[in-house]
Amino acid sequence: MITWIKGGEVIDPRSGTKRTLDIVIQKGKIERLLPPGNFSPPGDIDLKIIDASGMIVTPGLIDMHVHFREPGEEYKETIATGSQAAAAGGFTAVACMPNTNPINDSRSVTDFILERARKANLTRVYPVAAISRGLRSESLTEFGDLKQAGAVAVSDDGRPVTSSELMRRAIEYARFFNLPVISHCEDLDLSNKGVMHEGTISTRLGLRGVPAASEEIMVVREILLAKLTGYPVHIAHVSTEGSVTFIKQAKEEGVPVTAETAPHYFSLDHTALTDFDTNAKMRPPLREPKDVEAIKRGLSQGVIDVIATDHAPHSPLEKDVEFDNAAFGIIGLETALSLTLALVRDGVIDLPTAIAKLSYNPASILSVKGGFIEEGKEADLTVIDLNSEYVVQKEGFKSKSHNSPFIGWKMTGRAILTMVGGRIVWESNEQRNPDS
Amino acid sequence: MYRFNHKDLLGMDQLSVNDINMILDTADAFVEISSRDIKKVPTLRGKSVVSFFYEPSTRTKASFEMAAKRLSADTLSLSATDSSMVKGETLIDTARNLQAMNPDIIILRHSSSGAPHLLARYVDAGVINAGDGMHEHPTQALLDLFTIRKKKGRIKGLRVVIIGDIAHSRVARSDIIGLRKMGADVTISGPPTMIPVDAESLGVKIVFDPAKALRNKDVIMMLRIQLERQNGIQFPSLREYSLFFGLNKELMKGAKKDVIIMHPGPINRGVEITGDVADGPSSVILDQVSNGVAIRMALLYLLIGGGRGDNLD
Ligand SMILES: [Zn+2]
Ligand SMILES: [Zn+2]
Repeated sequence: MITWIKGGEVIDPRSGTKRTLDIVIQKGKIERLLPPGNFSPPGDIDLKIIDASGMIVTPGLIDMHVHFREPGEEYKETIATGSQAAAAGGFTAVACMPNTNPINDSRSVTDFILERARKANLTRVYPVAAISRGLRSESLTEFGDLKQAGAVAVSDDGRPVTSSELMRRAIEYARFFNLPVISHCEDLDLSNKGVMHEGTISTRLGLRGVPAASEEIMVVREILLAKLTGYPVHIAHVSTEGSVTFIKQAKEEGVPVTAETAPHYFSLDHTALTDFDTNAKMRPPLREPKDVEAIKRGLSQGVIDVIATDHAPHSPLEKDVEFDNAAFGIIGLETALSLTLALVRDGVIDLPTAIAKLSYNPASILSVKGGFIEEGKEADLTVIDLNSEYVVQKEGFKSKSHNSPFIGWKMTGRAILTMVGGRIVWESNEQRNPDS
Repeated sequence: MYRFNHKDLLGMDQLSVNDINMILDTADAFVEISSRDIKKVPTLRGKSVVSFFYEPSTRTKASFEMAAKRLSADTLSLSATDSSMVKGETLIDTARNLQAMNPDIIILRHSSSGAPHLLARYVDAGVINAGDGMHEHPTQALLDLFTIRKKKGRIKGLRVVIIGDIAHSRVARSDIIGLRKMGADVTISGPPTMIPVDAESLGVKIVFDPAKALRNKDVIMMLRIQLERQNGIQFPSLREYSLFFGLNKELMKGAKKDVIIMHPGPINRGVEITGDVADGPSSVILDQVSNGVAIRMALLYLLIGGGRGDNLD
């Protein structure tokens, strides 16, 4: 069988391609990339034509920061439902953080996650293993064994490494296995049970605040450790102006550091909390307008390399409660692309840059396949309609949870088809069984 | 024509100047009832008021109960020690159970900021916030405004200083919002560890040292130091707190002669205020308590009986 994606504008940030091309796919691979009118399919073969005229075709999007709740909290999300949400959002691959129950700090949990991902058979799922056993910041996990099992990076996301000594050794040890180290930057002492950003709104609402410095102190620590060890550290979910400034300076000095932000940090600020909306409660918290502007600047200046969702599903049990008691985190897989495209429309970044931050850059940081479009490579592709308008609806999520502050938002632009290894895993308005 | 048009009282934030004047004027009328021999009117006969306290509070609870009884409403009060609330029932479950009893008003005291807002989304009854976390305590602010207006004849243009743990105080927040709305000039004072970040955004001035802050003020509001917060991080000891931030006779020498001293109670004598000052001629602390009943009667009346119609403000 041959799949022929016809007439789409191919955007490939790595090669700089931005023109109309036909893509011919066979046996899961991109067989040919050629200008329209040049392909004549052989008559004796099964042919599927995807009309992509007026659409753009990009490398399959890669989200390097999600929380699928399996094992342990399957009522919030499973690897299968999370993969469906990812596919619907245009993502062909995700990297899932280790703070499950049990925690992914051993081969058996990594094996389990990969087994579930194989069963779900939708997007690629890359496990991120814990840095420390039990996320307790005391002793290292078996990086080598975990890598052999399939872990693509290490991180104690969800509970940061409090010991600077342990973090230093983790970075040094990760170097031997070429494993990326991802850091959730937060000084838990300084966060002091805070539930939102510390500023005018926390003062107004009488909610405990998390100062921007709580993130920035750790960002600076990780920069210094990257400098000390000479091995890269990836900073997760950057949310403050200060963090952007410190990372920028580090990059200019040649310190090996990369960074990601999440769409909510460039789309919302702390005023989203004024009605005690628990769907706007996450860690790090929504910051101030000046921080939002700094995040946008960081994206446009290349200080922030990656847009990742920090997709964190929670059920009403954790969210329909008093603000203090509500869980941190929001879902993001199904709104990330639209929110990023809004940045493009606003002129913050151009389209190839946006796509790079959603595909090529995370692929390079994690050293996983994909992230670019080239003959002979796996056909992981996303077809995007830049003009499709829709309103985000609670009932519309493929994710098992719907804890999103973007419900009711009018969006423009979305993925209409997601393809993993030549198979369509999602197509606009219908969930396809990939094997049929 | 102006009409009081609210289902709930969640915070001072939601009230207009007209609303506040209406509440204070209504309270004036109820003060008269409280001075009669028979302190009861049939205004809210057949109406029911449920008070629901997740945090212990003898005073506020008693004040609301007294207010409801003087208006002849049926009252039911539940507290956190009652079984259903300690068995892990969520606030929303509890709200649905309360709603099933079809009360007209639910009065909620809760340790989490925003809890009354959550409750109000799930019940048809009017919700009165009797103090939520570190957020607001609107009935306290209203009784404070009422007391100031009675003592000083006006609120607009007065200079008020609030001294103490501003950061963790819902009373301070509600007082600040109310006073600013009514045109008073507000200064906050206390150790920098207890002044919230970006406090200026509330429209107040900050003068850390109480001795300086209370000069030329018409009203001094002292806040209670919560002894349970005394962990050696916000301030080193009660002794040192009282030395540098407590109100005493010596400090009062720098105050205006006709200043009034307020405190939401209960007082920690010798900590934030010395006994002689709390009981002295400038103190209006007991007036606050009796005015509290009148204000709460006014609110129950306006929220239940005062008629909700078109609001022109
Ligand atoms: Zn994190
Ligand atoms: Zn995360």
